[in-house]
Amino acid sequence: MLWRYEITGVDTITLHFGDQIGVELAQRVHRATRQLRARLGNRLIDSVPSYTTIMLRYDLLQDDLASLIATVTPILASLPDDTDVEDSPLVKIPVFYHPSVGPDLERIAERAGISIEQAIALHSGQTYHVFAIGFAPGFAYLGEVPESIATPRLATPRHRVPAGSLGIADTQTAIYPLDSPGGWNLIGRTPLTLFDTGREPNSLLQTGQRVRFYPIDYEEYLALGGELGGGFA
Amino acid sequence: MTTHLPGLKIIKPGFLTLLQDSGRRGVMHQGLACGGPMDRHAWAWANRLAGNPWHTAALEISFGGFECVAETQLQIAITGADISLHINGSPQPRWTALNMNPGDRLVLGHPASGVRVYLAVQGGFALNPGLGGSNSTLVREGTGGLQGDGSALQAGDHLPCNPVKSRGILRQMPEQWLPDYTAPLVLDVIMGAQLDRFPSATLQRFFSSCYTLTPRSDRMGARLSGPALEHHGQALISEGISLGAIQVPADGQPIILLQDRQTVGGYPKLGAVTPRSLDALAQRMPGSEIRFQPIALHEAQEQEKRFLAFFIERD
Repeated sequence: MLWRYEITGVDTITLHFGDQIGVELAQRVHRATRQLRARLGNRLIDSVPSYTTIMLRYDLLQDDLASLIATVTPILASLPDDTDVEDSPLVKIPVFYHPSVGPDLERIAERAGISIEQAIALHSGQTYHVFAIGFAPGFAYLGEVPESIATPRLATPRHRVPAGSLGIADTQTAIYPLDSPGGWNLIGRTPLTLFDTGREPNSLLQTGQRVRFYPIDYEEYLALGGELGGGFA
Repeated sequence: MTTHLPGLKIIKPGFLTLLQDSGRRGVMHQGLACGGPMDRHAWAWANRLAGNPWHTAALEISFGGFECVAETQLQIAITGADISLHINGSPQPRWTALNMNPGDRLVLGHPASGVRVYLAVQGGFALNPGLGGSNSTLVREGTGGLQGDGSALQAGDHLPCNPVKSRGILRQMPEQWLPDYTAPLVLDVIMGAQLDRFPSATLQRFFSSCYTLTPRSDRMGARLSGPALEHHGQALISEGISLGAIQVPADGQPIILLQDRQTVGGYPKLGAVTPRSLDALAQRMPGSEIRFQPIALHEAQEQEKRFLAFFIERD
């Protein structure tokens, strides 16, 4: 496996595996992360996989840069370059796609010159990959949204987006785990809890997983604990 | 639960008082920030003087104005900003252990120099470990802290303390180690991998100019103002953000990312300020002038190891 590292702090390096965002590279990053965590154990304080990189924070009382690289090198060398994408776990997420909880749904359909139903079918017909977790606890960046409904972020972000809201930003899609400000185009809402401190792991989604969304109607949404309130501001 | 244990009662929390231990481990991949004390040096000394191991949670009190009452016999230590400190109206020293008896009232003034004061209690607070094995408070996330919801401490909050058999001697920090929070500040920078994004004239400007710490700084980031730092446009693919990373957004005004930073981001980074320099930065008021100088990784690692070994290995 080809890789290079960059020094990003006194006890931190960032491993780079490529320069192009894509599913195959995301799988390689995920596989490397899993191996590094398993083999390095408590020599790592944190490991943060993202699209093409893994940031590693190590314990200076156990390692310096040289000893860490000496350990990381054979671990990465032993990883195969090819990955079977179908191996990764699939998480299915119910979504109430509707203008009442997805105020940008109509605009996205209009922009693409298709009906709302077609836009929903496109979004829910795709299998997505978790490229990274960030921005907020449990916020998973998923790709890739079909080109026709890919939509740039709002020029002015909303001050408040309710938890569970599903949005699109360019070719990425994500669910807001908590009420927060946000600039993604909102198309629906899930009744599932994306981040829960009383659950292990806290985050429903983890990098390396695959995700599919399936449409549910208003009654199902309510039955699964969904709420309409929250409001947009 | 251990909330019935007597401890400290908060009378006035001041501007911002947070529980902070050494921070979370192994959580960043879930999008959770690490937290931890802004000034580890003063925080670690407070615990050392109170006889506590490294990880123990202490109170981080920003800008003073804090009052609390002891509900039991306690030994405490107060370090950090230069601040007046009274117990039952009589002045007391900082950087030394102090005994408090039930009913004793501790009052902190406002800093003459420095920003943050740390209050450690011998035996530590009796808390169940939270996310990442930590009780650090992440206000922005709404996680951690006394209630687990990220809230800052408030008037009336009760902090249960672990019982201590005997309070023992009163430890004191040797005077020659007292930090000077008014000294001109030059931050050590480990040069970053994205340096090639910055023209050499920009780098020269960065290391030869004075930057001002702005009031828009917080536990997420120290926002600076000064000569703009141009770089070769285009955003990067988002990647993990390390402690102390110097991020340069489109307006060219650098931001030093701190304990409560986001876990990933895509702005170009010039390098990373060392943790020891961040300790010093945490005690500078908005408006303070800051300069930067490069440090070799090896030297920065030796400095950091000495610091950690001093506080951790003797536990």
